[in-house]
Amino acid sequence: MTRIGVVTFPGSLDDRDAARAVRLAGGEPVRLWHRDTDLAGVEAIILPGGFSYGDYLRTGAIARFSPVMASVISAAGRGVPVLGVCNGFQILCESQLLPGALTRNNHLHFICRDQKLRIESSRTAWTAGYRPGAEIVIPIKNGEGRYVADPDTLGRLDGDGLVVARYLDGNPNGSVADIAGIANPAGNVVGLMPHPEHAVETLTGPGTDGLGFFTSVLRQLVRA
Amino acid sequence: MPRLVVDVMLKPEILDPQGQAVQRALERLGFDRVASVRQGKRFEIELAEPGSVDGAAELGRDMAAKLLANTVIEDFTVRVEDDAG
Repeated sequence: MTRIGVVTFPGSLDDRDAARAVRLAGGEPVRLWHRDTDLAGVEAIILPGGFSYGDYLRTGAIARFSPVMASVISAAGRGVPVLGVCNGFQILCESQLLPGALTRNNHLHFICRDQKLRIESSRTAWTAGYRPGAEIVIPIKNGEGRYVADPDTLGRLDGDGLVVARYLDGNPNGSVADIAGIANPAGNVVGLMPHPEHAVETLTGPGTDGLGFFTSVLRQLVRA
Repeated sequence: MPRLVVDVMLKPEILDPQGQAVQRALERLGFDRVASVRQGKRFEIELAEPGSVDGAAELGRDMAAKLLANTVIEDFTVRVEDDAG
């Protein structure tokens, strides 16, 4: 069974849900600790949501220098699929695995609701199972989810098709160009503000629209 | 011992909703001459070893660029205060 690592930082909240989503998608979740440097042979890595290290200084700024991240950064460079959700996305930006930054919501409120998204790219390890243009609903919950990047970076993201998902029916945090998620040029690293791991079964989520992120990567790893 | 003072501010082009909230609160309190507010961070770092002021400034810039500021969205200034004299 394909092993997918889920990293727990002090202050991570969604690591159990992420591990559960991996299991429901048919993979074997492997729990990794922020002090680990050995990734236990996992074939993909998820950085979950939460408030790593209390989000002191800036969201993700201290997690970025945790021992496990040195291994995650080097694995990402080798093409290992890495998904960062919410705090995980913030950590990926702080790590410069993805460009830009996540800043405080323009309205200053913490937002928690079901959010409609459009999947803009299926050329990533985590969205290959979605049809481009597919509209999905998954939860969003953040206080610092406003994506910002300089005009050159935005032009590159757009021109190279690296925007993975955009907000529909209202931008929840003031993100530039309604950006909800982006990928690196290789497509193995994806950061997403909303939470696919909270939409993997109808009992506990708005639907199962998030499951595709986990089945996409599993299918790609089995094929590889 | 020298002390480093690092000020970190959001770049001018980055929206600062916290600063705006502070501005509105000041206006509610009757401070009617406030044109705008930007909120930042200040770090005071005591160095353990005596050393040159130049070296301390370089060290401060290194710390700021690596951790204290995210230069994608923030600018920083570093100054060295030497209270030994």
